[in-house]
Amino acid sequence: MSDYILELKGVTKNFPGVRALDNVHFSLRPGEIHSIMGENGAGKSTFIKIITGVYTPDEGEMYFEDQLVDIRNTNDSQRLGIAAIYQHVTSYPDLSVTENIFIGHEKIHPITRRIAWKELHARAAELLGRLDANFDPHTRMGTLSVAQQQMVEIAKALSVNAKVIIMDEPTAALTNRESEDLYHITEGLRDEGVSVIFISHRIEDMFRLADRVTVFRDAKYIITWDKQDVTHDKLVSAMVGREITQFFPKRKVHIGEEIFRVENLSRTGFFQDVSFSLKKGEILALTGLVGAGRTEVCEAIYGITGYDRGSVYLNGRELTITHPKEALVQGIGYLPEDRHSHGLVLDWEISKNTTLSSLEKFSKKGWLIRSEERRVAAELGDRLSIKAQGVYDRARTLSGGNQQKIIVAKLLTADLKVIILDEPTKGVDVGAKTAIFNIMGDLAAMGYGIIMVSSEMPEVLGMSDRTVVMKEGRVTATLDTETTTQEEILQAALGSKVKEHSYEG
Amino acid sequence: MKDRIKELFTNAESFRELGLLGFIVILSAAINMRNPTFLTVANIDTLLINASILSILAVGMMMVLLTRGIDLSIGATIAFSGMVCAQTVAAYPTLHPLVSMLQGVMIGLAVGLVIGLLVARFNVLPIIATLGMMNIVRGLTYMVSGGRWVSAYQMSNAFKSIATGRILGVNNLIIIAVVIYIIFYYFINHTKTGRQIYAVGSNPDAAEVSGIPKKRVITLVYTLMGALAGLAGVLWVARYASAQGDTASGYELNVIAATVLGGVSLSGGSGKVSGLILGALLFGILNNALPLINVSPFWQQAIQGLVILIAVIVNVIVKRRNEQQALRQRVI
Repeated sequence: MSDYILELKGVTKNFPGVRALDNVHFSLRPGEIHSIMGENGAGKSTFIKIITGVYTPDEGEMYFEDQLVDIRNTNDSQRLGIAAIYQHVTSYPDLSVTENIFIGHEKIHPITRRIAWKELHARAAELLGRLDANFDPHTRMGTLSVAQQQMVEIAKALSVNAKVIIMDEPTAALTNRESEDLYHITEGLRDEGVSVIFISHRIEDMFRLADRVTVFRDAKYIITWDKQDVTHDKLVSAMVGREITQFFPKRKVHIGEEIFRVENLSRTGFFQDVSFSLKKGEILALTGLVGAGRTEVCEAIYGITGYDRGSVYLNGRELTITHPKEALVQGIGYLPEDRHSHGLVLDWEISKNTTLSSLEKFSKKGWLIRSEERRVAAELGDRLSIKAQGVYDRARTLSGGNQQKIIVAKLLTADLKVIILDEPTKGVDVGAKTAIFNIMGDLAAMGYGIIMVSSEMPEVLGMSDRTVVMKEGRVTATLDTETTTQEEILQAALGSKVKEHSYEG
Repeated sequence: MKDRIKELFTNAESFRELGLLGFIVILSAAINMRNPTFLTVANIDTLLINASILSILAVGMMMVLLTRGIDLSIGATIAFSGMVCAQTVAAYPTLHPLVSMLQGVMIGLAVGLVIGLLVARFNVLPIIATLGMMNIVRGLTYMVSGGRWVSAYQMSNAFKSIATGRILGVNNLIIIAVVIYIIFYYFINHTKTGRQIYAVGSNPDAAEVSGIPKKRVITLVYTLMGALAGLAGVLWVARYASAQGDTASGYELNVIAATVLGGVSLSGGSGKVSGLILGALLFGILNNALPLINVSPFWQQAIQGLVILIAVIVNVIVKRRNEQQALRQRVI
């Protein structure tokens, strides 16, 4: 009998074009809280999905209680006693708490096939009582707070007598008080002998809770420490300790005067007191860990969601933007992260997509001028080297990188001063990435101010002039990219040591 | 011009219309073999007159469907507008027919505007908003009529001539339908607003991000649908020379069926005026020809339903093939 309840040896998972997990080792003791840390895209999510059977590994072995196991789907992992609690709670908001806890394993009367509600409600109340959660199991799930919904998820794990509970970013949506309650519950579970894999961006979670910590980086296993052996700096350098080998076509561009400024922008529940400025020809990176509120800030500036407090200035003039149309008219363009649902009409030709956000310019008294549309689309297609047979090709027929270029072309038809690019290289291959970086350089050289939202550290360091780092809806640092380091950015993103550079020129 | 031709051929959906046209030709020839009176000038005239009101309504319905909506209220709007206009004519027999038509348009426009605001501003689901308005407007029709009919003898000859008169030998209804098709063909295909209607239905999120006034577009399509239904009400009453409380009851489903036959997708964003004409025509042919070839009236509805289902299935197949073709063409 070894010391471990769960052991992974040399697990590798490939997806087309990417290695999502590379030869990963991991071991979990009975009754320990094991923290997993790593940057965005380090492989944490894939790792969980391997354990829970959402994905099956391409190589490597998994042992559960010293038995070699082959987890092919989530039923297999549940049978072994592995339960996962996800960041975005996966519950049924219209069903009761009891129904949520016992869904899939309800107790059914053997003859009448009737669900034994009375017994289940009593069991649910007992489970919730064990977690010190004092709400009625008849309550509708949707009326509970996020913290309470997590309790239900934990109760659900306990209801199947889980021996291993995986918590994926459980504290991300919680207040400090609620997090403290969750810590207590987690410790309670540990003391009962349950093993917990705790995944979190927050370094304080790790120091407060974990017995051991494992670090992943770029899909690889890096190291496992006991908590007493780890220091803050050691942890950060393990998370970012990579060399940047990728080439970035960053160009020297004359940076002009300030054109855009955001002051104390706030939207309750999403971000607070966000301030930054942008100059002509400058590329400003807006970075932070997933969920830091970067996209939300951009959507507010662009008028998709709006904000409660604060102000936005363009060329020194305060703007009030309540609809994307106004943003475009004022000269602010936005390239959304989810280009399939937000950016393109896939069934339309390139030409029609290109002109969608500036139809006024391609029409006279409401009548469309097709020849002008065709001419501009062809011209922009050439300029951005979109690979297609012609402007009548439908967007669906193009590759991801080329679709991305159409969205950029679309932005260029409007008379813009500021372009916001939300994760512009997400989901495109390496060649297309370089093309997009080149376009960004071109745009900066043309005098646009560019805000690039990015989670990719190399991209931030390689392409931007300044970097604004956000954590939990607040700006934690504004850094001069040329002099900053990966460590400094990650420190700010984790919010562990907040430094303010006095870079405001 | 060369680009135009290329546009036509790169898009496999264009072939769909050709297929529908081919089907209509074959069907007509087959019917004519069974009953040679089918392809006579007199019968074609009747067929087109009967199809004209349906096809006018189909234009409006197409715009509504393009935005992912639906309008169930138009049968009621037809009855209401027809009733009010017929009563007005009964009271003022000297009223010019064009004024009656304008009156009908305004009544329908008002109803459509209410629906548009319900859907766009108050986020009521289109099917619910129009279902509610269907009942309200139908109720209003019974209220203003007090349950009584307005019959042929109460209408002026000038009013009835809206549907019976001819210009250069062509019935007025056909002329009105053609004029409406020309106007809306240009509106849908060659104006900014037309493009925006397609955008809102094809990808609502992309439309929003691209700064398109979604709410205004949606309000507009229901208003236009209402206006067309109001006009159709006057035409209907003039044609049948009687306005009743239950006029055009359930007619909205025929209109939706004809629109779907014409290749307009209920999931929004796709459909063309050319296909729409063919769809309305095919629907008219089925109505006209089945009695001519002695199909039992009991069977007629079932056959219509069958044809609609086949059309929809063909639509799905064409669309799927289209998407696969797109993936194959992908330039890497």
